[in-house]
Amino acid sequence: MKILVPVKRVVDPYAKVRPLADGSGIDTTGVKFEINPFDEIAVEEAVRLREKDPSIEITVVSIGKGECEEQLRKALAMGADKAVLIETDAEYDSLAIAKELATLVRELEPDVVLMGKQATDDDCNQAGQMLAAKLDWPQATFASKVDLTGRGLRVTRETDSGDETVELDFPCLVTTDLRLNEPRYIALPGIIKARSKPLEKRAPSEAPTVKTRTTKYSSPPARAAGRKLSSVDELVAVLKERGAL
Amino acid sequence: MSRLLIIAFEGAEAAQLAGFAKALGIPFDVLSLSGKVDLDLGAAKVFTSDLNELPLADAVSGSLSNFIQQNGPYTHIAGPSSMRGKDLLARLAGTLDAGMVTDVIAIESPTLFHRPMVAGSIIATVEVLSTPVVLTVRPAGFPAPARSGNSESGILSLSTMPKSQRVSVSARGGARPDLTQAKIIVTGGRPLKDAETFERILGGLADTLGGAVGATRAAVDSGIAPNELQVGQTGKIVAPDLYIAAGVSGSTQHMAGIKDSKIIVAINKDPDAPIFESADYGLVADLYDALPELQSKAKA
Repeated sequence: MKILVPVKRVVDPYAKVRPLADGSGIDTTGVKFEINPFDEIAVEEAVRLREKDPSIEITVVSIGKGECEEQLRKALAMGADKAVLIETDAEYDSLAIAKELATLVRELEPDVVLMGKQATDDDCNQAGQMLAAKLDWPQATFASKVDLTGRGLRVTRETDSGDETVELDFPCLVTTDLRLNEPRYIALPGIIKARSKPLEKRAPSEAPTVKTRTTKYSSPPARAAGRKLSSVDELVAVLKERGAL
Repeated sequence: MSRLLIIAFEGAEAAQLAGFAKALGIPFDVLSLSGKVDLDLGAAKVFTSDLNELPLADAVSGSLSNFIQQNGPYTHIAGPSSMRGKDLLARLAGTLDAGMVTDVIAIESPTLFHRPMVAGSIIATVEVLSTPVVLTVRPAGFPAPARSGNSESGILSLSTMPKSQRVSVSARGGARPDLTQAKIIVTGGRPLKDAETFERILGGLADTLGGAVGATRAAVDSGIAPNELQVGQTGKIVAPDLYIAAGVSGSTQHMAGIKDSKIIVAINKDPDAPIFESADYGLVADLYDALPELQSKAKA
């Protein structure tokens, strides 16, 4: 059985980022890059599934510049077996990413694609569902629990009002939410071993056609600091005065 | 000619999204997957589906795509920025081979939209380069329009092609209003200690005020509150009239989810908590003293 995990290189999700002064991009001076945390959860889940079924082979893929190798090596250190880097400087939107991934899926024929529900840089929450649509596969988004059933997966997915459990036959696509697992700490032997695992670099199958493009990056309007109050009585009084209570 | 299709999961959502349609300023139709849609929202046509339960996204995106092609052309297809909204609309965008803009908060023109990214630290202006485009919309930025007119209406027979099976559903919530609809929200963080304390202290105040209960990601991650109560960029985006945050530090991702609230009140015993920088009213106090006092005095 084969699992494909797409991973994205993103700015450190815990760093405070600002737009560049001219609004042409995000200022990443001095900011580290990491695997998108939701994709890291997907890699972790794939590794945990392989602990239950050792026949599982895990491939990770990233689309982007050469530096993405860093994130792919980390995924290999977590336990993925091999990596593909689709090396490109081109701009992609989620739909173009989904199409490039769909081409790779048709070639590698995984039984499952596991990926983050969204990337923490663009926060789009699109690529997984678009890829599932392109492949005409069943999808389960916002997964908080994944189990093998023999012929597919049983996935508990978070919903607006609670959660629901769905069963999907192979091949299928799952996007991960925060509470699915906590990715493991990578020990040194894993990092060393990852250096010798196969990582294939290749060109995209086609030049991307983007249908959306970010033209400007700006700071959100700041909410002004208000008044410090000294007691609950004062709070009740101002809220009543403003008609909020 | 520009034309918008609003896809709602229930009738009330269509009314919320009508504000976006008015702001976009192009003729629009409404399709609701369940419930009844008001006929005075300003839509040209209103369709309600004959489905007995809300379908899974992978089962219905094909027939929605067929409906859009037969009833179109539509230049814009918009739905709510909820989890189910993103689940279905991104699938539909893939089926339609359409570009997509998630979490629209403002409109510059029918091809230029604003949306937050990087947990709300950045507002992106996104240009749409081809039609149709699929959008998910945060309704807080688009006030509901005055009611008028009388839409043509019809029942739409939507076929589903199940690709996966729903085996169980667990909906929580109870009698309190939905977070995204509530006029008053009382939110707590990790200082609430455990689930029982969280429910007693926060739930008690929320019930007195007729409001909803929210939680920070830290409170959810430590098991104090169920995940559907999480407020913030990675949880629910809310815009109540009154938001009371107790024991909440005010992380960027939390503030990104509440910034459209009319009044934000912060109660925290740490005078240096970042939330005081963006709260309308701040009270440096222990929430275990302040919330019960607020509960008894708010009633008076």
